[in-house]
Amino acid sequence: MKRTAALVAVLALLGVTGWLVWPSEPEVRGQAQHITVYDGPADDQRVDLDVTYFPPQGGGKAPVVLLAHGFGGNKRSVRAEAVHLVREGYAVLTWSARGFGGSTGEIALNSPDYEVKDVKQLIDWLAKRPEVLLDAAGDPRVGIAGASYGGAIALLTAAHDPRVDAIVPQITWSDLSDALFPDAAGGGPEDGVFKRMWAGIFFGQGGATQSLEALTREPRPMTAEQARCGRFLPEICEIYQQVAQTGEATPEAVELLRASSPVHVAGRIKAPTLLIQGQRDSLFPLDHADQNARAIAAAGTPVSVTWYDGGHDGGDGEADWLREQTLAWFDRHLKGEDAAVPGAFTITRDGGRDPGTRQRIRLHPEADDYPGLGGTDVTTVTLNGPEQHVVNPPGGSPAAVSTVPGVSGLLGGQGAPSVSIDMPGQSAFFESEPLTAPLQLTGSPSVRVRVYGEGEVTLFAKLFDVPDALQPPTLPAGLVAPFRVTIPEGADSAEATVTLPAVDHRFDTGHRLRLVVSTTDMAYATPAQPAAYRIALAAPALSVPTVASLAAPPSGIAWWVWAMPLAAVVAAAVLLATGRTGARRASGPPAGDAPPLEISGLTKAYRNGELAVDDLSFRVERGQVLGLLGPNGAGKTTTMRMMLGLIQPDAGEIRVFGEPVTPGAPVLSRLGAFVEGPGFLPHLSGRDNLELYWAATGRPAADAHFEEALEIAGLGKALERAVRTYSQGMRQRLAIAQAMLGLPDLLVLDEPANGLDPPQIREMREVLKRYARDGRTVIVSSHLLAEVEQTCTDVVVMHRGKLVTTGPVSVLLSSAAAANGHGTRLEDVFLDLIGENV
Amino acid sequence: MTAAPGYAPSRTLPLRVEIVRQFKRRRTLVMFGLLLALPWILVIAFQFGPQPSGDGPGLRMADLATESGLNFAAFALSVSASFLLVVAVALFCGDTVAGEASWSSLRYLLAAPVPRDRLLRQKLIVALGYSAAAVICLPLMALLAGTLAFGWDDIQVPGTGETIPAVDVLPRFAIVIGYALVSQLVVAALAFLISTVTDSPLGAVGGAVGLWIVCTILQAVEALGVLREFLPTFWNTAWFDALMPELDWSGMAKGASISITYAALLIAVAFRRFRRKDVVS
Repeated sequence: MKRTAALVAVLALLGVTGWLVWPSEPEVRGQAQHITVYDGPADDQRVDLDVTYFPPQGGGKAPVVLLAHGFGGNKRSVRAEAVHLVREGYAVLTWSARGFGGSTGEIALNSPDYEVKDVKQLIDWLAKRPEVLLDAAGDPRVGIAGASYGGAIALLTAAHDPRVDAIVPQITWSDLSDALFPDAAGGGPEDGVFKRMWAGIFFGQGGATQSLEALTREPRPMTAEQARCGRFLPEICEIYQQVAQTGEATPEAVELLRASSPVHVAGRIKAPTLLIQGQRDSLFPLDHADQNARAIAAAGTPVSVTWYDGGHDGGDGEADWLREQTLAWFDRHLKGEDAAVPGAFTITRDGGRDPGTRQRIRLHPEADDYPGLGGTDVTTVTLNGPEQHVVNPPGGSPAAVSTVPGVSGLLGGQGAPSVSIDMPGQSAFFESEPLTAPLQLTGSPSVRVRVYGEGEVTLFAKLFDVPDALQPPTLPAGLVAPFRVTIPEGADSAEATVTLPAVDHRFDTGHRLRLVVSTTDMAYATPAQPAAYRIALAAPALSVPTVASLAAPPSGIAWWVWAMPLAAVVAAAVLLATGRTGARRASGPPAGDAPPLEISGLTKAYRNGELAVDDLSFRVERGQVLGLLGPNGAGKTTTMRMMLGLIQPDAGEIRVFGEPVTPGAPVLSRLGAFVEGPGFLPHLSGRDNLELYWAATGRPAADAHFEEALEIAGLGKALERAVRTYSQGMRQRLAIAQAMLGLPDLLVLDEPANGLDPPQIREMREVLKRYARDGRTVIVSSHLLAEVEQTCTDVVVMHRGKLVTTGPVSVLLSSAAAANGHGTRLEDVFLDLIGENV
Repeated sequence: MTAAPGYAPSRTLPLRVEIVRQFKRRRTLVMFGLLLALPWILVIAFQFGPQPSGDGPGLRMADLATESGLNFAAFALSVSASFLLVVAVALFCGDTVAGEASWSSLRYLLAAPVPRDRLLRQKLIVALGYSAAAVICLPLMALLAGTLAFGWDDIQVPGTGETIPAVDVLPRFAIVIGYALVSQLVVAALAFLISTVTDSPLGAVGGAVGLWIVCTILQAVEALGVLREFLPTFWNTAWFDALMPELDWSGMAKGASISITYAALLIAVAFRRFRRKDVVS
């Protein structure tokens, strides 16, 4: 026990010391500076870019990663990512894009004439750094990563600069005009529905600098131009002002936004691309990554697509996992290491909750091929619903709520179902039968609807997951598909194929799919003109794409779950089987007249090695009342405990009626004992105690001879009281009565006279004598020598564990008398024997 | 004639006798009294405590406790499983042998003689029986108290606020109680082992509860990573999964596996030690 404690203490000490002296990671320092670049259509506009350069750690040449920030951010927004990459052995350059942070210039929305040119010159600058690994003179080994605005610059730079070796664009757009003017009926941005809330936030962030600086800085009066356009390039500002008013895309606007769109130049990208898109993103939904991926892959460039739990609308964010994926991508394509990069298509799926930590588990199933939004298979679900009347409210208000840009993420929290509110009278519902099997939708479902009305009709399609009557329907990822249908002159209706938002969602067995087509959505600009339409399904079939190859790795039960208990049960069985105390069988069959007790060579050492009983041998014959004598510490009680099988002797043997005594040996049933004080259940009465004790022996109640035993105890009415109320003497008598239950052939009593008053002692003496007279045997230990003299026929005298003498009391006394020449008492004999009668 | 007439080792210390011996003890009655009273105390606390103000009821288990009897029972189990039930189980299993040793009655049972393996087996069965009764009676009484106080309604899932029909959740509730039983097996085995080693019943109960607390503390050390999964306390709350809309067995399977593993080993060690032990109490 002490050794274990010492071991634990030493281990704890080692752990603490190790933790204290473990080298902490060196601090990563960046060098802040300004780099002057020239851009604009004629390369004549001077811009000072505020950059921080992090040289690689540990010397030597290293690949470099450019980290671009998102819209409204600056170079400090990506510092944590930069530090992480520097620790992994990269040089990193972070910069504030023109129009943001400490950089001069105006926001040109990642235009090839402005921002792209800036980044190309940053690469030129990096090529001159001595620590940066070069592929060729002026061509550094460079990767670009960034999210949203920063992701687009990664794509656009890679398209315009062949020196870029790998990119990881996150949650970014393929076509900015599609993002701001989507049309799920395939009409193109010219005809798209204005995503007015997102557009407002997007342009608003460029206008008012939203940084800590802005809050702490002395407010300065803005010029009229500054107040109107902030840090936007005036022509961009102009165009935004126009479309935001009308809610309709002008050709100039579409042209301007397309110029900043990677999808049109993505074919030129030669750098391996890891596209990370958010599943909770109503600004740049998953189809943007899809378009980029297809455009890049068409040119034969390696591309992987990942849908993670995050995006502009919130979600978990999975920061650590994204870091790992990004690092693996750069390790593979910049360092040429054999890193485990994400497969062609990876999705984050809910894996339930970890039962230990109660945290959400995310699974990341992969597919070897990117299937696109059409899936590898298509399941057709039949929707039902009549033609329904809907109205567009005047002014477009009140509007349905699906996602509130920039707020949903804050409100919804992690994994919470999206809040979705539809206004009465504005929506048509089409519902499927309850599913008979679970359906994992991965991609964009599509459906054909027919719209009755006139002119241009703006509608919003949503696909709900309807569990049952009790739980509210959920709108996966809170996404809606806005679309426009133009009903030709003279016709009363038109059909449209609506591509619903791309999501990864599992519809469980028993759930229904519900298509809702409504006239309003708060996040979009809708016509102010009141109008009434009728909406029907053109075909009842809803095409639901699925990707079978994405099935998450079977999260079957870990092997140890069944192996460990089995192994433990086997180990337990082995422990029990090997730990069996070998029942030492008698060397020969016990003779019919075997003595009640025969002790030979009995030895028992205390834990400290001192011998409690030392080579003790004696024999007790039938009909004897044997007195076991000895001063305190002589080993009497230890011997008695060994007789009962409570203590295992170190050597020697005890036989009771010829049977060797082992723990629980059946022969002990012929032995009644009272050793070292009574042992009763204090909460039970004396009678209950005796009865339960006898019941515990499992012997027939008739054999107990309760009345005789109780007579000896002589407790009278006290027998019905709880034992805890008894005096010492009462307990003593009850215990002796218990020892006599069943009238055992051998009765062993340890100091029976303790606590008894003289009349009771006298009575006890008679009882014992009478008991032995019937052919039974009694062994009594006592220190009251006069008692023993009067009661016992024989004595065994022990001292310091050894047998001093044994024999009939009469012989002992007479031999002593012969030696002394006068009569003697047992007391004198005893003191002589143990050598203390000086 | 090697044994007294009518003596058979397999008839010693019948379960009925051991049950009676333990039942009349004050600590048994007090513990059951407490377990049966606790739900009513909670009901009173919820009835008379100040109502949560502010932005309406949350979705924590405590906020949902008054929604229905089932919710209340789940809440009562969640607040008691981590400590009260542990103490109850440790008490019944830790006291069983050490208690006899402290009363000195152990030596008379062994000299009766009740074979040592049989004594342990019978005592273990009865102690586990009392522990199981304790673990079962609390949620059942909570279900009764909660239903009387808050009505019989569908259960609302903490965290998400989804509802599961009461009829569907009743069998799940059986799973919850079953899992709670299995997960307390470690405490029972640990207390039982200590009980066979020491003569002090308090030491056995305290030792088991103490080690349990140490495990709970270690579990909070995230640096231990996956090692924590093998702490006996780690899967203690896995029964929440049985009340989720989607019944998830994986956590409970792991928890049961760990629990059974520890329990089998600890009980085997207890038997092995006790066979060779010198009984000096």
